Amino acid sequence: MFGLDKRDTTLLLIVAGLTIFAPFLLNPFPTDSGLAQFNAGYPDLMQRFVIFGIFAIGFNILFGLTGYLSFGHAAFLGVGSYSAVWMFKLLSMNVLPAIILSVIISGLFALVIGFISLRRSGIYFSILTLAFAQMSFSLAYSVLTPITNGETGLQLTLDDPRVLGVSATADGSIPVTNLFGMEMRSTYHLIVGPWDFQFNMGYYLCALVMIAAFYLSIRIFRSPFGMMLRAVKSNQQRMNYTGLNSKPYTLAAFVISGMYAGLAGGLMASMDPLAGAERMQWTASGEVVLMTILGGAGTLIGPVLGAGFIKYFENIFSKINDNVLHGWFSFLPDGLEDFVVFIIHPFIGKGWHLTLGILFMLVVIYLPGGLVEGGQRIGNWFKGRKKSDAHQSKTNPAE
Amino acid sequence: MSKTDVSRRGLLKTSAVAGAGLAVPTIFTAQSAAAFTNNPTGGTVTLGFNVPQTGPYADEGADELRAYQLAVEHLNGEGDGGMLNTFSSKALEGSGIMGKKVEYVTGDTQTKSDAARASAKSMIEKDGAIMITGGSSSGVAVAVQGLCQEAGVIFMAGLTHSNDTTGKDKKANGFRHFFNAYMSGAALAPVLKNLYGDDRKAYHLTADYTWGWTQEESIKAATEALGWETVNTVKTPLAATDFSSYIAPVLNSGADVLVLNHYGGNMVNSLTNAVQFGLREKEVNGKNFEIVVPLYSRLMAKGAGENVKGIHGSTNWHWSLQDEGSKAFVRSFGTKYGFPPSQAAHTCYVQTLLYADAVQRAGSFNPCAVAEALEDFEFDGMGNGKTLYRGEDHQCFKDVLVVRGKENPTSEFDLLEVVEVTPRAQVEYPADHPMFAGGQLGSCNPGA
Repeated sequence: MFGLDKRDTTLLLIVAGLTIFAPFLLNPFPTDSGLAQFNAGYPDLMQRFVIFGIFAIGFNILFGLTGYLSFGHAAFLGVGSYSAVWMFKLLSMNVLPAIILSVIISGLFALVIGFISLRRSGIYFSILTLAFAQMSFSLAYSVLTPITNGETGLQLTLDDPRVLGVSATADGSIPVTNLFGMEMRSTYHLIVGPWDFQFNMGYYLCALVMIAAFYLSIRIFRSPFGMMLRAVKSNQQRMNYTGLNSKPYTLAAFVISGMYAGLAGGLMASMDPLAGAERMQWTASGEVVLMTILGGAGTLIGPVLGAGFIKYFENIFSKINDNVLHGWFSFLPDGLEDFVVFIIHPFIGKGWHLTLGILFMLVVIYLPGGLVEGGQRIGNWFKGRKKSDAHQSKTNPAE
Repeated sequence: MSKTDVSRRGLLKTSAVAGAGLAVPTIFTAQSAAAFTNNPTGGTVTLGFNVPQTGPYADEGADELRAYQLAVEHLNGEGDGGMLNTFSSKALEGSGIMGKKVEYVTGDTQTKSDAARASAKSMIEKDGAIMITGGSSSGVAVAVQGLCQEAGVIFMAGLTHSNDTTGKDKKANGFRHFFNAYMSGAALAPVLKNLYGDDRKAYHLTADYTWGWTQEESIKAATEALGWETVNTVKTPLAATDFSSYIAPVLNSGADVLVLNHYGGNMVNSLTNAVQFGLREKEVNGKNFEIVVPLYSRLMAKGAGENVKGIHGSTNWHWSLQDEGSKAFVRSFGTKYGFPPSQAAHTCYVQTLLYADAVQRAGSFNPCAVAEALEDFEFDGMGNGKTLYRGEDHQCFKDVLVVRGKENPTSEFDLLEVVEVTPRAQVEYPADHPMFAGGQLGSCNPGA
């Protein structure tokens, strides 16, 4: 289907299914239960899952295929966000032109940075991209304040021109982002007993874009162009000696992945029309590297899983406080309750970085292929068991 | 040819199913019938406390969170009641807000606009928070205020000192109790004149972001009105930790006052550098060289240690104040945590009580009703004398403190002494003052 072989079609359908049914899948616990804390099915976080999924998919096209480790990808995300917000300020609140502009601008930006940075490879390339990203961050943070509104972040105001729209709605508030009248923030609540499933317009737009982005990335992975990029990763020198100029390929990959980042930035601004400079900071660039490695670099679905994993920790674990813990463990005797809370305390709330760090270490040490490898091992284990069930006379070990 | 055999029973069955099907959406969407976002329907109401738990302002954030927890206790009738006993409005009875028990959720702003908005959004969308409060920097306050305006909940700003929060970025759903840079200037200027005379030459070092700029602008205007001359203003990057290269040119500039428009760790470092360069022992133009830190806090004074002695600045509130409200607050905070509260804790505590009181008086959680109850509300007994929440820009007007680093501190908390309580009338300004121009409040948004 769609020019994909059977395995890739299945993968695409799985991803599509997961994103479309995410409001159900991410809300497994009834809202009135203690476990509701772990529900992630609210619009803002679901949007983040898919948007960072797009960002990581794009990053993986560069890092997973060519092996070029860019440490400045957040710059493209930031540029995309700023372009989108400017579109909202100047043109209209329709997200379509904003997203298109953000992809174009970040593509141009990537072309310039890529052209210079790709003159070097390995660690020098990483450092160059990092330097460019930090430069963009500093520019956005203070020097270019008239364009970026500095530390506060670029926001919409009531006196923006918005030539194709209105500066302010009839009741005197800032209009909201929409796609031909469909408001991004509108949410339909499906309440089934104690469950509250939220279907958000903006989320489904992002989800569709992500499925399309995922499809495109499969096509790139399977194309001759993708094969060239893999060749760059395995041995660039040999490729050069055979008379092939690898630079156009790497530059194209860099620009494509920059455009993915710009797309993610544009979507982010469409969901929440604000662009802050810290989106471009090196920590944000590092985050996408973590996402990709955690999920499995070079695999198709890995980066999406990694993005979801990290965003889940950032948003869910950071909100558990001692009060919540005491609620959970209230069944224990007083002294023991305090002790258990004391033990868990460093790992929750502001300690979510610590928990994530430990998990990251565990994954990198025991599953070098990332979460995807974990999934494969579980899959093999099941397969192996099934086989041994069928042929009981043979004893096949799982691994 | 199609066969259409419709039995009576079949028709009844079908229509019953269809009827139930039609009724389903009305059952499912029962919640969206509420007239505003997150209308609390059960026996509890949820407030969102969004404070920096990591990053440069984590200390302030931790103190804010303590104050919020204390406020929730007092609202629910636990503890000694704190300022509820001294607050001039007696609407709150210690039985929650409108009989609903107060619960809260917390989040980490990381002092980043993005993270702060994500955290606030999850509080609104997931936890059903009816009000968001907190923050320890103006950038975050402005960003979250914008979000709350869009989402249709009330935002009660925490520590934010920039003029923009209630100036060009003011919003109908946002309210600020904390003072601002203009008020710092207005309160400091007369004291500086008495101390240092009216023909001084000032040199500004300013943190290079919105708050720094508005403060520089405010202090410059206030001191130039005294007759001072501004020799130079230099922007320093927010991330700077060593200010030696910025201090050296001050020595040769002919200036005799150094104004440090820095906050938090920046101020601690720049002041320490300035003292190390011997600026305070210097004499320029026949006068002693002086250093001024317009926005002071106890946590900063603690960081700078010996260096703050004798240095003047302004602050919103200080625990050594002797009015009944401050004493009650310091007593309950001290009893619970074992040390006195900071000004950040004070403003957050007061904001929570003010919100609860406004809901109680309005008789509704509807943001528009609450906003109306807060606008032009005049109260007393919260530590800063008679205070007015101005309806035109949602800024509180109250007395401002001018403080000085204490020469002989008696404890690790006793670092600042109040030099003067500048009366409210002296720090008031018209809502259309040029430093606050450029923004519109808009209309209140109840969401949903």
